[in-house]
Amino acid sequence: MSFPWAKQYTPTTEFGQWMDEKLPVPRLVYNSLGAGYPTPRNLNYMWNFGSLAGIFLVVQIITGVILAMHYAANANIAFDSVEHIMRDVNSGWMIRYAHANGASFFFIAIYLHIGRGLFYGSYKAPREMIWLLGVVIYLLAMATAFMGYVLPWGQMSFWGAKVITGLFEAIPLIGKPIQELLLGGFAPDNAALNRFFSLHYLLPFVIAGVIIMHIWALHIPGSNNPTGVDVKGPQDTVPFHPYYTAKDGWTLGVALIFFSILVFFLPNALGHADNYIPANPLSTPAHIVPEWYFWPWYAILRAFTFDFLFIPAKLLGVLAMFSAILVWFFLPWLDRSPVRSGIFRPKFKIFFGILVVDVLILGYCGGAPAEEPFVMISQLASAYYFAHFLIVLPLLSRLEKPEPLPNSITESVTGKPLKTAS
Amino acid sequence: MVRIIGILIGLFFSGWLLVSFGMGAVEYATNPPVKPVEYAFHKAPKDVAFPSDGPLGKFDNQQLQRGFQIYKEVCAACHSLRLVAFRNLEEIGYNEAEVKAIAANWAIGVPDADPNTGEMTTRPGLAADKFPMPFANDIAARAANNNAIPPDLSLMMKAREGGADYIYSLLTGYTDPPANLPEAAQPGPGLHYNPYFANLNLAMAPPLGVEDQVSYSDGTKASIDQMAKDVSAFLIWTAEPKLEARHQAGWAVLAFLLIATILAYLSYRTIWADVKAEKKKKAE
Repeated sequence: MSFPWAKQYTPTTEFGQWMDEKLPVPRLVYNSLGAGYPTPRNLNYMWNFGSLAGIFLVVQIITGVILAMHYAANANIAFDSVEHIMRDVNSGWMIRYAHANGASFFFIAIYLHIGRGLFYGSYKAPREMIWLLGVVIYLLAMATAFMGYVLPWGQMSFWGAKVITGLFEAIPLIGKPIQELLLGGFAPDNAALNRFFSLHYLLPFVIAGVIIMHIWALHIPGSNNPTGVDVKGPQDTVPFHPYYTAKDGWTLGVALIFFSILVFFLPNALGHADNYIPANPLSTPAHIVPEWYFWPWYAILRAFTFDFLFIPAKLLGVLAMFSAILVWFFLPWLDRSPVRSGIFRPKFKIFFGILVVDVLILGYCGGAPAEEPFVMISQLASAYYFAHFLIVLPLLSRLEKPEPLPNSITESVTGKPLKTAS
Repeated sequence: MVRIIGILIGLFFSGWLLVSFGMGAVEYATNPPVKPVEYAFHKAPKDVAFPSDGPLGKFDNQQLQRGFQIYKEVCAACHSLRLVAFRNLEEIGYNEAEVKAIAANWAIGVPDADPNTGEMTTRPGLAADKFPMPFANDIAARAANNNAIPPDLSLMMKAREGGADYIYSLLTGYTDPPANLPEAAQPGPGLHYNPYFANLNLAMAPPLGVEDQVSYSDGTKASIDQMAKDVSAFLIWTAEPKLEARHQAGWAVLAFLLIATILAYLSYRTIWADVKAEKKKKAE
């Protein structure tokens, strides 16, 4: 598909031949995930998280479909139907704990995958479209996870739904109607629960569709690699199968070991105790916090404590929170450095390190109660977050002198120059 | 163009955050926030060991049965256990006949229609019934309990930070209010001081007041500490009845994954051997 030396699919059986003429699905798989996809030979382990995220999406869909067979999306019985799954459905506890923790693992994989892209410049030309589709996947995943967390209809479900949909209220004029449309009423209740369940079931399939486009777009230029240098010849690549299927395979085992430790021995470690209390609109929990994967954004939301002229602080917080993710859509045009990989960008490397620490600090503050010193720390950390993407990266691409790049992937791996066919 | 707009937006957000930080810092320095009284007097739960702790944890059925006895004789008068059925007691070692007897002799009947007249009435419990609610509704529960609804205990272990440790600490944590407790935090009428409770005062009177409040049939000395531990262990079971199955399945899954991962790693090494061999030459 992507390089002239890619291996060609040749059906070995008569049935394979027949199938290839009628509906070449085996050819598609061969070219997308099989030996027909030449992949840079020097990918490090940071390149394993894309397939891992995809596998955890499949885990979520399978466990989710089973949960939906027993769950009842009705505000009166939703909480009890979840407990029915935990107590009376055969192995229901396993399915539910796998689904609840699977969401966390999906986000761990997706965050490392995004971080990889940020450091190695995978968002730069010619891979902008892959990056843009990735941001869409991330936004859809956030919406899906948020609505999924509402379904057990515990205290945190209810109050999380109230707080997050309440954000739209801050938008002038159209905010209130949007909030009422989202909730199907004035506060979270049966109408909200039903539409959240419907959308929570729908969106993962939309995500799967966008992932297909994400991979499709990937196969046009092929994978980026740690040097950021373009693939120049057959020696620079290995066939995806068996090389990367084997590499992804064994690290999948490692990920599943960590996943199992969580599911079987610490199933509620990432959850919140309040969600085992049935939703009660008359009793507000002391600290309303979303799931851990939203904490950095939640910290940015809460960092705006002062009105700016006529703009209320709440609206600023909402705008900033959405901008914090929407800024990724503009990243390929904000960072104009011609060098992709951070390895060869001495100054970028430092700022990237600060960004990673910064987001971790934001995450910590987002999970902490909204009191000092966490609000002040969030303000500094949020200030750096925006400065990094909107000020540092555009200026850095002009001010920084990158280190010399290797001539080819092969040379960087073996020390010997690439023999060019031409 | 994208970069110029970007830099302007970045300057606005970052700048206003820094200004907000400055104003917040001045406010913090001149007018430091006063921590609520609960901060100074609230205590973190004590660390208690339960047989079900840890990845090898199992339930001790003797203890669960003692804990059930505490629930039945002490807690059940006010607290419901609405997600647990009498039949579930077979899981903690009662036989079928015992479960039927427990259900039939339960102090509160199960609401049901009279089969002859259709009038609502109560009947003796059956093994299939959930534990009946001690109050007809929330209003009755409030009226009988100083305006505080006794919470359902089925999920209590998972619904509080600290889990069973918290339940144990709360049950054994009642004391007289300390001498330096500010007036505002003093227990009001009908409230009781307990430093393990979130706002220090709760409506529940100390439920485990004296030694030998219950008499255990297995001969265990019913000290307050023992009773609190036993009922906490029982509430671990009500909240997480599949805990043993979960631990067992976990070890089987881990053993399988470990072997599968080692095999996958070895095949990865074999498949990559030729490519890696080329790489080694670099070091020579």
